[in-house]
Amino acid sequence: MTRRLDELADVRAGDKGDTLILAVLPRSAEAAALLERELTAERVAAHYAPLVRGEAGRVVQPHLPGLVFTLPGALGGGVTGSPVLDGHGKALSYHLLSLEI
Amino acid sequence: MTTLRLGAGAGFAGDRIDPAADLARRGELDYLVFECLGERTVAAGQARRLADPGAGYDPLLAARMRAVLGHTAAAGTRVVTNSGAANPLAAADVVAGVAAELGLGGLRIAAVTGDDVLAAVSAADPVVWETGQPLSAHPEELVSANAYLGADAVVPALQQDADVVVTGRLADPSLFLAPLVHAFGWAWDDPELLGAGTAVGHLLECAGQLTGGYFADPVTKPVPDLAWLGFPYADVSADGTAVFGKLPGTGGVLDTRTCAEQLLYEVGDPGAYVTPDVVADFGGVRFSQLGPDRVGVQGATGTARPDELKVTLGFRGGWLGEGQISYAGPRSLARAQLAADVVRTRLRDLHGVPEDAVLVELIGAGAAFRGLGEPGDPAEVRLRVAARVPQRELAAVVGWEVEALYTNGPAGGGGARRSETEVLAIRSCSLPRTAVRSEVHLQEVAR
Repeated sequence: MTRRLDELADVRAGDKGDTLILAVLPRSAEAAALLERELTAERVAAHYAPLVRGEAGRVVQPHLPGLVFTLPGALGGGVTGSPVLDGHGKALSYHLLSLEI
Repeated sequence: MTTLRLGAGAGFAGDRIDPAADLARRGELDYLVFECLGERTVAAGQARRLADPGAGYDPLLAARMRAVLGHTAAAGTRVVTNSGAANPLAAADVVAGVAAELGLGGLRIAAVTGDDVLAAVSAADPVVWETGQPLSAHPEELVSANAYLGADAVVPALQQDADVVVTGRLADPSLFLAPLVHAFGWAWDDPELLGAGTAVGHLLECAGQLTGGYFADPVTKPVPDLAWLGFPYADVSADGTAVFGKLPGTGGVLDTRTCAEQLLYEVGDPGAYVTPDVVADFGGVRFSQLGPDRVGVQGATGTARPDELKVTLGFRGGWLGEGQISYAGPRSLARAQLAADVVRTRLRDLHGVPEDAVLVELIGAGAAFRGLGEPGDPAEVRLRVAARVPQRELAAVVGWEVEALYTNGPAGGGGARRSETEVLAIRSCSLPRTAVRSEVHLQEVAR
């Protein structure tokens, strides 16, 4: 059975230059264990392809619990380089919640 | 003193003022900190200063000070802010003017300068991070270069009994760390305590984001009374642990979930959060709910500060021209796409705007997801055409061509808007610490 990430976790966007930072906060210990296993950097990068340029990163913070993903290039020039309306990628972060686990 | 109470008065340059006034009035704060400076904000301030030598600080500074200084002076609360942006000296004069208006004779106001390193970067010619090229290889005009100062630039002002400290570019958490170092006598070579204090600063620096603001979602994360969101404060102990709270009667929520989200906000590597003061390690941070809207934090630490300081560079990046228009009802997406084709064609073939400078977004049809989702069949679509070009006149053409769709079609385009704004391109480099010297300029309001 698959579930959308929206049922399991919250997402918080951050930006550093061209890199979209996505913090994922599981809502339960069970969700945390599942996401630590299934929500790899590769899966997140694939969900945001073809925007990602470079290697996606993941850091796990088991006791919060939380996972941090970095997607280089996803912001296409960053807040001040790109004419895109949502240069920070705040709205773009909610795309992650449609990922099926 | 057992604990020091630090309040968050603003989380960005455009933040609300009334929650800060409430904290100033009844928060029993030791310090009220206003974080009002983004990377763009300081470059934009420098551009304003080039046009008017007396400008360049946060345009809302006087309004913020008018709202809080009477209360902070009465309560003995000291104010620290980076609202000085590109002109801390002029900003300190503005604060002094407001204090005089309010009859606060004797108030001591310090400006901290030294972050402006335009001359130093031009001499050092460092490599620009984003391009990998030396600074001198960049053809665009360099408007601003501001080093991230740390808490050590603010502490001397506090030692001189400043009631208000106004800085330019200073790392956000350092605004909060400085009062802790000053009050508790923390050593600059004690990265564990500096890391713990930096975690407190990082959690407070975005103000309402900690108390359920950005957190809020009506279904998954409902937050009460969001319109009257209260800003947070922290009661920090000399060992670096802290308890966060917000004022009774204010909106929002402060719990371990809001804190965990904010801890990870804009942090690419929680194990190595680099500031001018320390390389903080948030890996062991734990939150505990101590009561309603009361959360304890412990476990942050750190390692020695970096030898180099990050510098934000602002380049003139031409002009952004923009136009928007709405289409609704049957075939709204198809009409918006036709309109986009019309504008693209005319910008390219009539006005000579390069095709790759033009960006089309179909708002309401997945624009925010940048092509990642399916647009579906939206009830309405707002077409946005934007182009970055060298000249203002050419930028104006973009909005003009969108507006001209009114009569020239396709059918039913409404609510056209257009604008041109100057672009400041932000990049980064680093400078050795030794190339950056901060200085405190103190003034006292006449009694």
